[in-house]
Order: sequence, then C-alpha cells, then structure tokens
Amino acid sequence: MMRVALEVVTLVVIGVLLLMVAQEMPSFGDPTNPVHNEVSRYYIENTEEEAGVQNVVAAIITDYRGFDTLGELTVLLTAIAGLLAVLRS
Amino acid sequence: MDNLFYAMIFIIFLTGFWIMLRQSNLIKKIIGMNIMESAIFLFLVAMGYVKEGSAPIATEANPGLAYVNPLPSALVLTGIVVSVSVTAFALGLTVRLYKHYGTMDVDEITRMRSEEL
Amino acid sequence: MSDIIVRVVTRLMIPYLQLYGLYIILYGHNSPGGGFAGGTVIASSLILYVLAFGIDDEDLRLSPSVARIIESCGALAYVGIGLGGILLGANFLSNKAAGFPLGIPGRVFSGGTIVLLTVSIGLKVASTMITLFTNIAEKEGEDES
Repeated sequence: MMRVALEVVTLVVIGVLLLMVAQEMPSFGDPTNPVHNEVSRYYIENTEEEAGVQNVVAAIITDYRGFDTLGELTVLLTAIAGLLAVLRS
Repeated sequence: MDNLFYAMIFIIFLTGFWIMLRQSNLIKKIIGMNIMESAIFLFLVAMGYVKEGSAPIATEANPGLAYVNPLPSALVLTGIVVSVSVTAFALGLTVRLYKHYGTMDVDEITRMRSEEL
Repeated sequence: MSDIIVRVVTRLMIPYLQLYGLYIILYGHNSPGGGFAGGTVIASSLILYVLAFGIDDEDLRLSPSVARIIESCGALAYVGIGLGGILLGANFLSNKAAGFPLGIPGRVFSGGTIVLLTVSIGLKVASTMITLFTNIAEKEGEDES
C-alpha cells in the first residue's frame, strides 16, 4: 500500500513538471525558433555542390558525419556479440 | 493551445513510465521502456518542424523555399538503432531468466534468489 | 501456423518485398530511405518466411555461418572505403577532397562513396536483424535447463 502511494506521488510530481515545461517551450512550427540556426542552413544550401546528391539527410549521415555511422555499426556488432554470449553459454 | 503537441508527447512518455513502474511482469516492463523511447524520438523530430515546409530533398536550386530542418532526423536515426539493440539484448536476458527460474515475475525471482543465497 | 492461405500468400509476396527493399537501398540518396530502412525491409521478408512455415523448414533461412560472413563483410567494407580516402591522399572517410568522381546529381551512381557506404550499411543491418530473430526463437520441444 505504501509502495503504490509512493509510485503515484512520483508520477504526479514528474508529470506536473513536464507539463509546465511544455507550456514554456517556443511555438510549434515557427520558422524563427532557436533550433533553426546557420548549421542546418549551410547543410541545405551546400549539399548539391559538395556531396552531389539530392537527399540532405543521406548526405549528412554518410558524408558530413560519416564517423558517427561507423560508431553505429559498432553498436550493432556489440549487441549481436552480447546476445550470442548470453544465449549460448 | 499552440503547444498541445508537446503536451501529448509528454503524456505518452508518462504512460510508458507508469507501465515500467507498476507492472511486475518482465515483458511488460520492456514494452514500457520501448514506449518511453518512442516518445523521446518523436519529441526530437517534432522540434525541427517548420509550418508549410516540404521534405528536405533539394530538387531545385532555390534556397528561398522553406525546408523542414534535416538535422534532428539524421541524429534520431542513430538513436532508433540503439533502441532496437537494447530491446533485443533485454529480451535475450529475459529468455535466460525464464529458463533458469521458471517464472517471469520480478517479485518471485527476487524472493527465490534471496532464499537460495 | 500451417494454414494454406498464409503459405500461398507468403510465397507470392516475398520476391516483391525483397525488390522493394533493394529499391530503398539503391535510391537512398535521391529519395527518402537509405541503408537502415532498406536493410530492415529485406530482413522482414526472411522473418515472414520463418513465421509462416515454422522454424524447422530450412529452405529460405539464412544459415548462421553465412549470416556471420555477410555481417563482417559489411563492417569491413565500411572501414575499407574509409581507408581508401587515406590512400588517395586526404583524411579518413573523405568524399570530394580525396578525388572520388561525383557525377550528375539525380542518377543512381552519383555522390562518390555515398552509394557504396549505403549498400554496406544495408547488408549489415539486414544480417543483424536475421541473427537476432533466429536466436531468440527456438525449436519446439527443445528444452535446456
């Protein structure tokens, strides 16, 4: 009984905090948000000359930030290795 | 009422959090973790939306057109792969636990472990 | 699951699923898609076969040794293309600065190293999903304790 009360209180506190944050955020879909800075403008304008493709997201994940995709493949490899070690001991 | 979208995303996150707290079955806890991660990815992608913007495929060389911000989408691709890997690993551990103890209830497993020690 | 309607429809659908996945991988740099989505669609066609025909049927399943080789080749190809950038005189994983031919934007073979990297990502993701699925699902009646 004590445990249920504790969990409800935790959920209510975190919920109230999050909903207060949702009210203070900038407007949804506004083009003058602080999220749209000069980095994304550079990527959109210079993709066709520097990378030679038309899809901006594909050029970002393989050309401008290709090193992060290499770390991604490492995560997949580690997951397979860990799973095989646990299930076949 | 402009930020109703963000409030809905936080309600989905709180639903996943509640499932992970209250249920005592292991598979249901893993489902709750997946719901929380989906809410986080939705939040990141929704922050980059521009009203009346088209998809970021640059077909004509006209920089005056409004494009949706491509940067959060590219970073969320990495996050989705990490989420899938963590879910698969957690399910593998659950299968091993079930074979050893015969039950999937967290309270039962804790009690059986404290008895055999 | 040995229903006859499920079996007939699955046999008809699997080639089209694989063709669609291959299209998403190869056109990943001109339209939405890319390596991750295409690899998952190709893996889902083989998972559909296992779900419809049972796990004892060995016809279309990818055997574990072949899946291991494909996965390692995908990762090694990614690193090898990156080292190719060093051999041509620029940084690791560089595209235009190392002198790869860029081509005309809008065609399949454009963008230098981008097509090769996308194909290797697709191979690796597909074999990872297959290995994850066939290791968690086990045969009926097999019990180790």
